[in-house]
Amino acid sequence: MKSSVIVFPGSNCDRDIAVALEKMQFKNQMIWHKETKLPKSDLIVLPGGFSYGDYLRTGAIAGKSLIIDEVIKAANEGCLVLGICNGFQILTETGLLKGTLLRNKNLKFINKDIYVKVTNNETKFANKYKKDQVLKINIAHNEGNFFTDNNHLQELKEKNLIAFKYSDQKGIINKRSNPNGSIENIAGIYNSKKNILGMMPHPERMVDELISNVDGLNLFSSLLN
Amino acid sequence: MKISNQIIESHGLKPNEFNDIKKLLKREPNLLELGIFSAMWNEHCSYKSSRIHLKKLPTKGKQVIQGPGENAGVIDIGDSDAIVFKIESHNHPSYIEPYQGAATGVGGILRDVFTMGARPIALLNSIHFGSPSHPKTKNLLNGVVSGIGGYGNCIGIPTVAGETKFDKTYNENNLVNAMAVGLAKKNKIFYSKAKGINKSVVYVGSKTGRDGIHGASMASAEFDENTEDKKPTVQVGDPFTEKLLMEACLELMKDSSIISIQDMGAAGLTSSSVEMASKGSLGIELELANVPCREDNMTPYEIMLSESQERMLIILEDDKETDAKKIFDKWDLDFVVIGKTTNTNNLTLKFNGKIEGEIPIEALASKAPIYDRKWVRKKVSKKKINLKSLKKITIEDALLKILSSPNHSDKGWVTDQFDQTVMCDTALKSGSDAAIIRIHNKDKAIAVSVDSSANYCKSHPITGGKQIVCENWRNLISVGAKPLAITNCLNFGNPENENVMGEFVECLEGIKEACEFLDYPVVSGNVSFYNGTNQKNIDPTPVIGGVGLIKKLSKPIGHSFKKDKSIILLIGKTFGHIEQSSFLKEVYSISDGMPPDVNLLNEKNNGYNVLKLIESNLVLSSHDVSNGGLIIALCEMTVSSSYGVKIQKPKKLTNLFEYFFGEDQGRYILEIDQENLNKTEKILKESNIYFENIGCTQKDYFEIEDELKINIKDLFEINSKWYNKY
Amino acid sequence: MKFSVTVTLKKDVLDPQGKVVQNTLISLGINLKNIRQGKYFEIEIDEKDQSKAEKNVDDMCKKLLVNLIIEDYKISKL
Repeated sequence: MKSSVIVFPGSNCDRDIAVALEKMQFKNQMIWHKETKLPKSDLIVLPGGFSYGDYLRTGAIAGKSLIIDEVIKAANEGCLVLGICNGFQILTETGLLKGTLLRNKNLKFINKDIYVKVTNNETKFANKYKKDQVLKINIAHNEGNFFTDNNHLQELKEKNLIAFKYSDQKGIINKRSNPNGSIENIAGIYNSKKNILGMMPHPERMVDELISNVDGLNLFSSLLN
Repeated sequence: MKISNQIIESHGLKPNEFNDIKKLLKREPNLLELGIFSAMWNEHCSYKSSRIHLKKLPTKGKQVIQGPGENAGVIDIGDSDAIVFKIESHNHPSYIEPYQGAATGVGGILRDVFTMGARPIALLNSIHFGSPSHPKTKNLLNGVVSGIGGYGNCIGIPTVAGETKFDKTYNENNLVNAMAVGLAKKNKIFYSKAKGINKSVVYVGSKTGRDGIHGASMASAEFDENTEDKKPTVQVGDPFTEKLLMEACLELMKDSSIISIQDMGAAGLTSSSVEMASKGSLGIELELANVPCREDNMTPYEIMLSESQERMLIILEDDKETDAKKIFDKWDLDFVVIGKTTNTNNLTLKFNGKIEGEIPIEALASKAPIYDRKWVRKKVSKKKINLKSLKKITIEDALLKILSSPNHSDKGWVTDQFDQTVMCDTALKSGSDAAIIRIHNKDKAIAVSVDSSANYCKSHPITGGKQIVCENWRNLISVGAKPLAITNCLNFGNPENENVMGEFVECLEGIKEACEFLDYPVVSGNVSFYNGTNQKNIDPTPVIGGVGLIKKLSKPIGHSFKKDKSIILLIGKTFGHIEQSSFLKEVYSISDGMPPDVNLLNEKNNGYNVLKLIESNLVLSSHDVSNGGLIIALCEMTVSSSYGVKIQKPKKLTNLFEYFFGEDQGRYILEIDQENLNKTEKILKESNIYFENIGCTQKDYFEIEDELKINIKDLFEINSKWYNKY
Repeated sequence: MKFSVTVTLKKDVLDPQGKVVQNTLISLGINLKNIRQGKYFEIEIDEKDQSKAEKNVDDMCKKLLVNLIIEDYKISKL
């Protein structure tokens, strides 16, 4: 499978996702934001980091890069798109995903290992996970508080577009297990066609038993399935 | 324009220093030249009060590639890999503007590391605040922690270890020491020594503004017709630009275009150009009108003294400009040739072709003043505290008091604000004795830690100096690393005070002795004097940042108990030294007496044997014993795990408080699986290492037989309350 | 009584956000000489005496809303 990781000035999890993709045998290329053409890809990744320093609004400026038009075109043609953390923020700024990421409820940056429940495992991104499986995964963000209007929230629920929800170790979804105040503990969502996934936690940080755990691996093996 | 006495004073120069300047120039300096001298001759750049003493420190070893004198120190970790690291202070700016002061401190130390060709892989910090009840403390704590996180997280380098301390000595003078560690190839280290005549001097990075320029007096004296009030400007960090700058520099460093490179830190363009030229015994000529400025009408004085962040100075090989500029254009950074190297041995400053100032380089570098300041040895109080004369308290109450105190509380509130796992090589996060960073794509790893003991240094500077090196050493050993070298940040008060100077000299004596004995040389460092307000100086706070090597990384052990019913061994003898302990401080507010003795032979032997045990896979978890003594160390292992302990009372020592709360040095706690006990004891006995089997782990309770039994959940709760409540 | 407070960075202080926003606007084909980013507050107080009310708002600025080390502020009555 071919992947393209878009690198913006200030992206800093690009190497991390490239390592994870290559570990899972993806043929990966790094694409600089000033490129105007995307190579043929099965998966496009918008990595985590602080593109443009998170200045103005996180993801706002990256959302206006030259390469984004190509990403939007590819996404509309059904290409798989994965936005992690800052990548998720960029996807909402471009409109490829609805909703927005606000400042964490406690107004501080949070780096922690938390738990998420896989709420929909019938997608290209999560089919190797069991339904309602609980994953231990790392978050590192200042603006991870997902918010959207009631219409969109209804759509997310009715069409089963919520990918992950913050939970506790036992899978209980409540206020206590919500690290940033996200509406309904939402940690990741799909677009209506389910070819675009935006998520705040970092799966690429969970692919090495020596460093953390391997709960992130199945996201990549799902894609290869 | 006549240089008045007031102008000399406002530049921080003494009358004798001004006379020396006149002698060196053989004339009076103009205002621009005076500004340049004031920058290069101030304590921070010239080390005038500390140089003669710093020379005594051991800086060599077979693991040392580059010792002090460059932007950072460099050590060999084998397989043609090198680690570049340094610690620096940003104390005074952090007091004025805590967020930006701390942020720019991180920015500055990162540049010191990547300017040598190393990709930064870890950040650490040692931050000290006044008493929590002091009105300024909360704001400073919030600002500094946010600032460190804001900068480090944005640039994408994990902040993996540190220490946060509170003491009333820092009430008006908080300390922020930032340490950066980078990975480079041994044969691709870049130095700051300029080489070759007529080579292009290139400015890269952010534009220059009026950041950090002080005082209305000289600025308004320069332009009488300019009535605008030029107030001192606080430096604002831009981590985004630094990320671009770092990537651009590392990209340029892939080939051989760079002759030398230096970051513009304190005293900006002045210090970088002078240091590069001085090291290369060359002259340097700058055309200041070429310097990219973000403000209008900047004068040569302002351009030379600006401390705008995120800028570097590069001396390029011939014909490399076009290709180099392409890289900086890609990253949207300014790249301008602003001068050239010469053979005049002068710093020649032109503005639109006219020479505005000319100073012999050596007048600013090697001929800067060196002072042998008066100092006196510390009058030590050998007072012994008689516990029987103090108000009675149970061990349990004392324990809970210490565990819930600001200095011993869980630091999650601080460390959760730092991204510790970006770059995906953090094998052991903060919380244990040291952090472990895997070397990317390799089997080996480094361990890093930062430590200080101001109270020990205050009561007996020599012992304090020895102790901080030993504690740092133990912290690295505890995670299975062989300590290689250190960097030090020496935070002291006013050096013109002979007591303070005495503390400095004696702490260095202690550091020297420990470093020499342990083969643990100093490869870089920083001195911060004048940490004091209104004649009150801070307690001497030298900080040690150490790096160790783990040749083959397996799942790190850390200090969290792993199993039920494991054996707990205490390595090293306990004498029950109670003076200068957290116990006396937190429970009785007593800070008298001598710190615990440091026996370097025991430190070395105990350390090497603990390392041997860890490398032989005989240890489940380990922790060095420091502040708070044995009982606190055991608590720390408990609250970070799901297991408590069942500890026996000591058979020999009579006073339980002295045994459990005493801070004797050279000790480690090891958790050993029952089945490995015999093997472990054999190794320890072979090397004559003193050890005691003090008990075992157990579920649910932290217990000292017949003395106390606390549910570990309660212990955890008490220990994790303070920061969130504050 | 209603007031607005506009908080801006002091003239010589670096504005990293303004710098990036400016470059982005230029890359979108919009020309401008300079842009600086600041904050805006709208404050309502129960006070009939204008000068007292303004002093109140000024107090708020000095105590909390403004970082006097690096920011300036302007109060206007709405």
